[in-house]
Amino acid sequence: MTALGKLFRTTAFKLSAMYLLVFVLFAGFIIGYVAWNTRQVIDNQIRDTIAAEIRGLEEQYRVGGIRRLVSIIDRRAREPGASLYLVTTFAGEYLTGNVDSVPLDILDRPGVHETFYSPGDGTEAHAREAMAHVFVLPGGFRMLVGRDVGERERLDQVIREALLLSLGLVTVLACLGGWFITRRVLKRVDAMTETTRTIMAGDLGGRLAVAGNGDELDRLALNLNAMLDRIGELMTGMKEVSDNIAHDLKTPLTRLRNRAEEALRTATTPEEYARALDTTIEESDNLIRVFNALLTIARLEAGDAAPAAAPFDAAETARSVAELYEAAADEAHAPVTIDIAPDLALPVNGNRELVGQALANLIDNALKYGLPEDADDAHIAITARREHDGGGREMAVISVADHGPGIPESDRARALERFARLESSRTKPGFGLGLSLVAAVVRMHGGTLSLEDNAPGLRVVMTLPLSPEQEATA
Amino acid sequence: MKILVIEDDADAAAFIVKALREAGHVADHAPDGLDGYAQASEGDYDVLVVDRMLPKLDGLSVIRSLREQGIETPVLILSALGQVDDRVKGLRAGGDDYLAKPFAFSELLARVEALARRRVGQASEQTVYRVGDLELDRLSHKVTRADEEIVLQPREFRLLEYLMRNAGQVVTRTMLLENVWDYHFDPQTNVIDVHVSRLRAKIDKGHETALIHTVRGAGYMIRDGAR
Repeated sequence: MTALGKLFRTTAFKLSAMYLLVFVLFAGFIIGYVAWNTRQVIDNQIRDTIAAEIRGLEEQYRVGGIRRLVSIIDRRAREPGASLYLVTTFAGEYLTGNVDSVPLDILDRPGVHETFYSPGDGTEAHAREAMAHVFVLPGGFRMLVGRDVGERERLDQVIREALLLSLGLVTVLACLGGWFITRRVLKRVDAMTETTRTIMAGDLGGRLAVAGNGDELDRLALNLNAMLDRIGELMTGMKEVSDNIAHDLKTPLTRLRNRAEEALRTATTPEEYARALDTTIEESDNLIRVFNALLTIARLEAGDAAPAAAPFDAAETARSVAELYEAAADEAHAPVTIDIAPDLALPVNGNRELVGQALANLIDNALKYGLPEDADDAHIAITARREHDGGGREMAVISVADHGPGIPESDRARALERFARLESSRTKPGFGLGLSLVAAVVRMHGGTLSLEDNAPGLRVVMTLPLSPEQEATA
Repeated sequence: MKILVIEDDADAAAFIVKALREAGHVADHAPDGLDGYAQASEGDYDVLVVDRMLPKLDGLSVIRSLREQGIETPVLILSALGQVDDRVKGLRAGGDDYLAKPFAFSELLARVEALARRRVGQASEQTVYRVGDLELDRLSHKVTRADEEIVLQPREFRLLEYLMRNAGQVVTRTMLLENVWDYHFDPQTNVIDVHVSRLRAKIDKGHETALIHTVRGAGYMIRDGAR
């Protein structure tokens, strides 16, 4: 594409061409309007002068007949800057006046005419223009009274020239301006195109230049940069997840493979083989659990594929899950207190199964990681209640608290990430998916999850919005 | 018991059929949906094991077609899709139970036997279950052993009720979680075991014969030890 062709296609060029057209039309209209009005004014002036002249002559004619008229005209015609006069006989013979000749037919048609004439000094023939009033007087005499309109024509000429000049000037200026602006804008757009090309080629750290004047291109550049930042974050997240998957799934797979190999090499009795196979099955079950959790989280986070929502009572869910784990917690010497009012109902629109699983994960975590060093202090508290949030909405607030080591504030955000294993829990079994599943479930229900200090220990609080239509009937 | 396995994966099908036969059942195999539908509508099977994803006619369509024909043979759906609402879809299509792949064979066997048993028991739902000298009255919610009343928590009652409904059959931990608590997730810890051992303490303590038995690697069973 040639540089010129490129220029013609730009929006800036098209815009300046349109402005040019508008300006030319506007200038033309103004000048034309002024010209037309000036002409009208001059014409009226001429007409008025002729009319006054005629009124005077009329009076003279009435007083002294044709002879007086002729002598008056004879005198007036000789004055400088005079009007045009001509008096002829019925046959067109010259009697008096300062007009040498006019087209013959003019004199036969009374009324106002625009016509050519030859002045009395004989310099030019039919070269000058005049506005003339023709009368037929009694006796067949013809009288013509007029004014030269050369002045008007000269004004017309001046205006025409002004029009042409200004149109030319507007055109040249608009073209120059358009070209200049187009070049300036094009240059910046070209620079942006170039930058995006290098970004697409893999340099994700690249950002568009921002001129800092806050114009449209700047805003576009800022937004594109923000978009690139977001993409960068997502890419980092993806990379972390795949790194985690590589590490956290390969580790148990390696262990599985090593055990099987070791059993093949060293086992001799059927019992030993059976034990090796048992561990193999156990390990693969663990792997399946990780896969299931990962799939569920991924599916919940994809959002659009979330399971269909249905109304359920979150208080009943909390009660039943708490009761499900109560016995196991007792065995682990971690007494459970369930603080859920017996008549409490928390209608939530969502998935009971997932909320149940989220709660189970929280209690399971409390049993795994939330037991204090002094076993006598172990305690797990499960509560559920109804609360108003800041916006006046009713929320179901369900919390699971333990007396364990807790999670330092700096680690709380990271604890919700996939495969996040905090230093303190590295030695314990688990894959670091429990809390991220809880977080995904809560997000799917439009709620919030917060990790708080239970002093001592950790309190995890799930806040889910109550379903409005259920609320009304409750 | 006569069981039809509709499963396109030859290895998986061979594994299931072989294991079912070892467990003393008659097992047939259909490799695709159309074949499966034809065999299921002709043969007199006690339970169908249907994979969800099948060539020619998918598993859910097989079940729907059978139900439309008035064939009410209990169906256990097998699926690699273990997601929350896949189960709901499967059951809505007319399946009776749902098992996510991969699974332990003991789990499959327990569920198949429970389905077959449910079919038999359907005609006359008893109001009183009896196993040995243990009696459970479903209407009055009373449990007695050797004419002595045992006081149970509501959940313990439902746990015992489910065990007794399947007396003589293995019930797995996940079956208990599903039927007693109505949750289908994997509890990961020994929560169910603790509940069963507490129930066992109430039922079997002080009695010579234990009724609640642990079946290694599978689950639990309630049966009259004397028989």
